[in-house]
Amino acid sequence: MFKKLAKYVKEYKKATILTPVFVVLEVVMEVIIPLLMARIIDVGIQNGDVHYILEMGVLLIIAAILSLTFGMLSGRYAAKASAGYAKNLRKAMFYKIQDYAFENIDKFSTSSLITRMTTDVTNVQMAFQMIIRILVRGPIMMIFALLMVLSISTQISIIFFVAIPVLGVILFFIATKAHPNFEKVFKKYDKLNNVVQENVSAIRVVKSYVREDFEEAKFKEINDDVYKSFKKAEKIVAFNSPAMQTTIYTCILLISWIGSQLIVGGTMQTGQLSSIITYAWQILASLMMLSMVFVMVIMAQSSAERILEVIEEKPSIQNKENPVTEVKNGAISFKNVSFVYSDEKDVNKFALRDINLDIKEGETIGIIGGTGSSKSTLVSLIPRLYDVSKGSVTVGGVDVRDYDMHALRDAVAMVLQKNVLFSGTIAENLRWGKKNADLEELEEACKLAQADGFIKEFPSKYDTVLDQGGTNVSGGQKQRICIARAILKKPKILILDDSTSAVDTKTDAFIRKAFREKIPNTTKIIIAQRISSIEDADKIIVLDQGKINGIGTSEELLKTNAIYREVYESQMKGGSEDGAE
Amino acid sequence: MEQNNQKGKKRKVLKRLLGYVTKHYKLQLAVVLVSIVISAFVGVIGTQFIKYLIDDFIVPLLGQQNPDFGPLKNIILIMAGIYLAGIVCNYLYNRLMINISQGVLNDIRTQMFNHMQKLPIRYFDSRTHGDIMSTYTNDVDTLREMLSQSIPMVFSASVTMIAVLIAMLSTNLYLTLVVLAMVILMVLVSRYLGGNSSRFFVKQQEDIGKVNGYIEEMMEGQKVVKVFNYEEESKKRFDTINDQLCDSMTRANMYANILMPCIMNIGNLGYVLVAVIGGILSVNGILTIGSIAAFLQYVKAFTNPLGQVSQQMNFIVMAMAGAERIFDLIDEEEEVDEGYVTLVNAKIEDGKVVETKERTGIWAWKHPHKDGRTTYTRLRGQVEFENVQFGYEENKRILHDITLAAKEGQKISFVGATGAGKTTITNLINRFYDIQEGKIRYDRINIQKIKKADLRRSLGMVLQDTSLFTGTIKDNIRYGKLDATDEEVYAAAKLSNADQFIQHLAHGYDTVITGNGEGLSQGQRQLLSIARAALNNPPVLILDEATSSIDTRTEKIVQEGMDKLMKGRTVFVIAHRLSTIKNSDLIMVLDHGRIIERGNHEELIAKKGTYYGLYTGAIEID
Repeated sequence: MFKKLAKYVKEYKKATILTPVFVVLEVVMEVIIPLLMARIIDVGIQNGDVHYILEMGVLLIIAAILSLTFGMLSGRYAAKASAGYAKNLRKAMFYKIQDYAFENIDKFSTSSLITRMTTDVTNVQMAFQMIIRILVRGPIMMIFALLMVLSISTQISIIFFVAIPVLGVILFFIATKAHPNFEKVFKKYDKLNNVVQENVSAIRVVKSYVREDFEEAKFKEINDDVYKSFKKAEKIVAFNSPAMQTTIYTCILLISWIGSQLIVGGTMQTGQLSSIITYAWQILASLMMLSMVFVMVIMAQSSAERILEVIEEKPSIQNKENPVTEVKNGAISFKNVSFVYSDEKDVNKFALRDINLDIKEGETIGIIGGTGSSKSTLVSLIPRLYDVSKGSVTVGGVDVRDYDMHALRDAVAMVLQKNVLFSGTIAENLRWGKKNADLEELEEACKLAQADGFIKEFPSKYDTVLDQGGTNVSGGQKQRICIARAILKKPKILILDDSTSAVDTKTDAFIRKAFREKIPNTTKIIIAQRISSIEDADKIIVLDQGKINGIGTSEELLKTNAIYREVYESQMKGGSEDGAE
Repeated sequence: MEQNNQKGKKRKVLKRLLGYVTKHYKLQLAVVLVSIVISAFVGVIGTQFIKYLIDDFIVPLLGQQNPDFGPLKNIILIMAGIYLAGIVCNYLYNRLMINISQGVLNDIRTQMFNHMQKLPIRYFDSRTHGDIMSTYTNDVDTLREMLSQSIPMVFSASVTMIAVLIAMLSTNLYLTLVVLAMVILMVLVSRYLGGNSSRFFVKQQEDIGKVNGYIEEMMEGQKVVKVFNYEEESKKRFDTINDQLCDSMTRANMYANILMPCIMNIGNLGYVLVAVIGGILSVNGILTIGSIAAFLQYVKAFTNPLGQVSQQMNFIVMAMAGAERIFDLIDEEEEVDEGYVTLVNAKIEDGKVVETKERTGIWAWKHPHKDGRTTYTRLRGQVEFENVQFGYEENKRILHDITLAAKEGQKISFVGATGAGKTTITNLINRFYDIQEGKIRYDRINIQKIKKADLRRSLGMVLQDTSLFTGTIKDNIRYGKLDATDEEVYAAAKLSNADQFIQHLAHGYDTVITGNGEGLSQGQRQLLSIARAALNNPPVLILDEATSSIDTRTEKIVQEGMDKLMKGRTVFVIAHRLSTIKNSDLIMVLDHGRIIERGNHEELIAKKGTYYGLYTGAIEID
């Protein structure tokens, strides 16, 4: 896992390497400074030699300045490296998500992706900074101290060489126990977030059903769950510091005992013993640091896994080798197509079954069907938003799986049922369709989509700023902007998924007329609830529970298809004005 | 001035935060504090032990023929005891701090959530959901670090420092002053660096917010991104704000990181000063050599904990920012409810409405009057608006002079363009928002007098935005009536025509759905929310584009079921398709917050006005 994560250091490699280098230099100074201090006491003060004290003092100040410089540099590089690393992680995730297919998008919820890109990245970033700063400092201080002990007494150093591995085993044991518990904590945490998110977005329902108490009880349950599992995980980690203290205190007592024998036996000086003890404390301090890093890393591990999950998710739809880069025309055909959503547990639960269709270039196709009849699913297969489970879909005579996706989707414009406009001006939103389109082109597309008129009525016209989700234009206006955005692509195939539902019948008719006259060679597929939107199509497909129930013109279907007839009659009866054109 | 205010605010936040700790955990906290003091002293004793051991126990043994190791053994055993006490205390306070910090976090989260339930709709409408959620995660997280790590460390460091300071003072006043001067320098430096650091931490949080917002918008529109091949452009824009965040993060962390080396090296500087001054003093015979040596040890013992504290500073700064946001939420003003008219079960005795405990299916408004009388009015579902004026903001009026009367069992419909004020009217009936002028009466009672919970209980709502919850289909329908039996749930689903599609799901009514209802179509979600309202069975129903995503064929069937359900009840309908409101008793055409036409379908058609235009498709609605 570390290896995988290390990849994202990238351009911050220099800072990442320099940090520990300066930390090492800083530690060297930190080691020299106490030696100088000891000399001031042992030689200068003992002898009352002010001159010597000044000399050493100057040296000490130089060392302190160097230590400060190195410290600042290491701090700076550490900040740069860790913030940069976090940036790269976020970037990698965001880029990856851009490459996701619809199926992958369906798998992660928006809130979970956001948490992963913020909280989880922060956790990993903190651990990363700890690692490059302290993971070097701790061991170096420890090694230095051990070397000093070794130089004083080999016998006594054995104590440490036994104690440290023992401690290592204990810490490792604690870590392996703690990790699964922290994983559980994060899962519970996700659930808690979910309860909050749902509560916030459903607050109108909560309040109108007066279910505040119910919600509070629901929250309390998951909150207590988090509390309990967090406590359980932290309880294990709480053994860290006592375990370390026990080891070091035992060492000190052993050293005291053995050291006393050695001194009395004449093989050691008293000063040496007190130095060893000082180093023992230093070892303890560095171990403490390490254990802090340890805890952080344990906790960050779960976050790292969640990040990698996003990065390593394989886009379920990818380009073939040597893909076809040009879509010749807008003819479409479905051959024995069946489709099952991949998250569906029952593999025989077909959303679409045995679909056979042939659509010629420039034709207008209407699709009608009840809620859940898989109309959207059917058209999603054309720009390869999902891959078929069985059979094949071809566009311009080529299987969609053989195309370069970019080329295919450039040729197929789709106005989704869940229309989304983004914060920014109308022009900016329209330019999604064509990046460098000039105002003339925008106007032309908008005229076609019957949007030019109302846009020009806004005070800022095409520069009118839209709120997130386009909440400051009406539903019908939003739909027409979305259609114009799609037309700007100059597509060979244009798909409207229930995207004129809020447009009045008259405007709707104008749009269809403009389609016929201005873009006759574009294949148009229109999903609609309203009969009038599809009545004049070349072919109408009636879908029922994932199967084609009937194909034909309106007239033919009225004679042969019961569903179509029923819908037609329910809409035309008593409201003949409804279909006015 | 401003800085003082800021500081005062910070202090208040800290005090309040500690209030949570002392509220429930006094005893545990006392044990923690004692344990920290003990373990800090064990630390101090531990460092002095070796000197004592050498001077008093080892040196006397030197040169003896048969040295008696007995006393030495004893002192080591005693020391072992002291160390053990230190270890026990260390574990004890670490362990208890877990109870305290997790307990406090639990308390805070509960308080936040429970308080949030009482906030007015306005609060939710004026913030992004991501922002509210991040209080529960990011901000609460910052507290954990601070409560469990920083506070004990700062406390233990303070104990050590005070102990050392006393020892210093008893050794030499002048040298102590030198040390104190150094401390002041440290404080100044850490204030400068800390100030910069916290400024950039604030900036960092803002930038995180921006990144959050962008990610949220892009994730929501991810399918559009795909369809338009917009991936590259979206990456480019992300890079810009991501770089900005990286920049503020680097600066914030940089200032925080260099704090510790600064403090430690000022400490070193102080050490040299003390050594030089002490040396001069000792040459002049004012100080003994031993006491200077001891004093220098103290200087080291004093600066070490200071360094530790400075390292905790950025955790504390972040936690303060988090706590501020948390308290902002908790301090947010609750929805006021001055209502005193309540809804009670009733029965009719001798033609009079009488309160009862049983569930009779008859409800009444219990209205206590000032003179001590209590009257009962049977719940019928009449709603009247009288010259209602309303605006979401002070000076921006949305509704003008709305007057209307819905009699029991009538179907009242609203049509008009987006922004005409249709949804606003429904927001006023259930008092999601309060009107500025005019009166709304419910069964002849001013709704300001009715307890909000009871008012809302008597009104059912089905919104275009369905808002389902993670759980089974059954649970979601049961949200309408928590104690409903399975049979009642099935009946409600059948009534609203949801039963058919539910039966087709792999696990039927036990199918687990997620909050955003992935796997269900928008229309199916709407059917579920209608079933939920059907189970709730209220006398007044508000349908705000409740069937907009259901195909016309299904809608017809749903409509039939609803008509059955609504027989004899009052309904307010905001409809997407005019065909669904044709049979209304009263249709209101709204334009820019005014009712411009009213009447039933035939009357309005005959009028050949706006409604006629809408109906014939000459004018657009949505």
